[in-house]
Amino acid sequence: MNEQVRGTGHLNEGYVFKLYIAGGAPNSVRAFANLYAICRKHFPDSHRIEVIDVMKEPLRALEETVLVTPTVVKLFPLPAIRIIGDLSEEDAVLSALGLPQKEKP
Amino acid sequence: MSDKPQLTTIRKICSGIEGFDDITCGGLPLGRTTLLMGGAGSGKTVLSLQILAFSAAKHGTPGIFVAFEENARRVAANGEIFGWGIPELEKTELYFVDACVRADVVKSGAFDLTGLLVALEAKASEMGAKIIVFDAIDVLLGLLDDPAAECRELYRLSEWLTLHQLTGIVTTKVEDGQPAVSGRYGFMPFMADCAVLLTQRIVDRVAARTICVLKYRGSPHVLNEVPFVIGPHGIEVGSSNGIHPEPQPFDEKISTGVERLDEMLCGGIYRGTNALITGSSGGGKSSLAGAFIAAVCKRDERALYISFDENSRDIVRDLATLSIDLAPFMESGLLRMEAVRTESASSEEHFMCIKRMINQQQPRCVVVDPLSALARVGGGLAARAVAERLIYLCRNKGITVLFTSLLEGSDPHLETTTLHVSTIADSWIQIYYTLLNGERNRAVSIVKSRGSKHSNQLRELIFSESGITLADPYTAGGEVLMGTLRQEKEVAATLKRAGGV
Repeated sequence: MNEQVRGTGHLNEGYVFKLYIAGGAPNSVRAFANLYAICRKHFPDSHRIEVIDVMKEPLRALEETVLVTPTVVKLFPLPAIRIIGDLSEEDAVLSALGLPQKEKP
Repeated sequence: MSDKPQLTTIRKICSGIEGFDDITCGGLPLGRTTLLMGGAGSGKTVLSLQILAFSAAKHGTPGIFVAFEENARRVAANGEIFGWGIPELEKTELYFVDACVRADVVKSGAFDLTGLLVALEAKASEMGAKIIVFDAIDVLLGLLDDPAAECRELYRLSEWLTLHQLTGIVTTKVEDGQPAVSGRYGFMPFMADCAVLLTQRIVDRVAARTICVLKYRGSPHVLNEVPFVIGPHGIEVGSSNGIHPEPQPFDEKISTGVERLDEMLCGGIYRGTNALITGSSGGGKSSLAGAFIAAVCKRDERALYISFDENSRDIVRDLATLSIDLAPFMESGLLRMEAVRTESASSEEHFMCIKRMINQQQPRCVVVDPLSALARVGGGLAARAVAERLIYLCRNKGITVLFTSLLEGSDPHLETTTLHVSTIADSWIQIYYTLLNGERNRAVSIVKSRGSKHSNQLRELIFSESGITLADPYTAGGEVLMGTLRQEKEVAATLKRAGGV
């Protein structure tokens, strides 16, 4: 996966994410899909996802103290938050991002 | 060509810690995983960093330290207090990874260690690292919060180490008092090739540390728990099975510092052996020890006097009243006097400390006054082992040791010492109090003197301004006369001689 940019519009007012993945590992692939889906749903026009493959840039992971994969860092808006896992527990992600959670049936 | 797998014996990396290499029969397994387990403050981080720093400094083996719990900078700084030269090593051989798990991290779904391992792999090959420490792996595993996942990730780690032929040191917490193979991370010792348990206990209000090798695949190891201390230069591990006494040649006798006592011992005590002086409180054990050390210094031999009861200045002052002047020898450096507070450390720490002093001073004779003070801390069993090791350490170095021991209990004829050291003593001098005719007199006798003839008499011990001596034996009706009775007899004898002229 290469560095990807999704969405248009006023980026400095939108959401900026860094996603650290380990090549095509299943949980990495799921994390990307889940993050992309959340972005499309909640801020379709104002998000950017930078994907960093630690297989390709291993030393960068050390510098940025990424221990586990997948890891998502929300850089903007501040404060920065760090989420680990494949983002399958959507409620936890939404709550961390300060978004309304899915309504319980 | 043979299809049989090659049998290779385990290669080991030396830890640089003498006692640790002893109990592991040569150090940690090269290219395999070693697990260090222990409670909080048991010394896991220090031990792992010490081994890493030693390999880097002594063998130029680069290594990586991954700190999951403490800030990596702080780990490095803490290591520096031991003087391992970490700042210098960090330029090329050592690399610290700050892998503290942030408190504010949010978990959502499955993850694994692949990222970290890939990153470490790149770093390891960049710097040629051969050893890698994962400190407090339990903190990282705790994030997974799923026993199956924790187990899976540990195996991933272990396999990764094996694949890249890295020597791994993994530390993890275990609850104190729990067997290491129970509880949440009970599977860990099974995964590792070598598992070591560090324990810290409070015995008689003094902390005592022990280390034990639980398993070591493909290698023999010592099964016992062995004491260790964290000294000024890092971890020092005590010897496992004590020190084996080597036979000493009995050829030269040295003076006890009291001429008449030498006569009773037919010339003194053999060089390189040990002598025990026992007696009740105030009996004069320290004075006899002082006379001995003064004689040593007068022969221009280096000496070490370790006192657990009094400070050096008081001892010197008290001995001066017996015409024993130690001050010039102390000034010249021939004599080193050290006052040690028993309660300040465990008996093992005292042992390590005395060993260091012996190595610094290089004495030919040592006095430990009283050795029984060791029993006041850290439990009798540990203190006894320490007393024994101390005696054997000196013996193997050819050092003559004189140690005193307090006799406790009301029966002076019981003749046992607190530490049961009388059995390993080569010579045993006993000081008695005799209460007779309204007087308290000191008497001395030789209980044993191995390999030498010795007097069987009980002689009065006299302390005076002119020094220490033994009175001439005067017996009457089969009893040794002491004090006033002896003086009367002496006067009578003198008068008789005078009358006879």
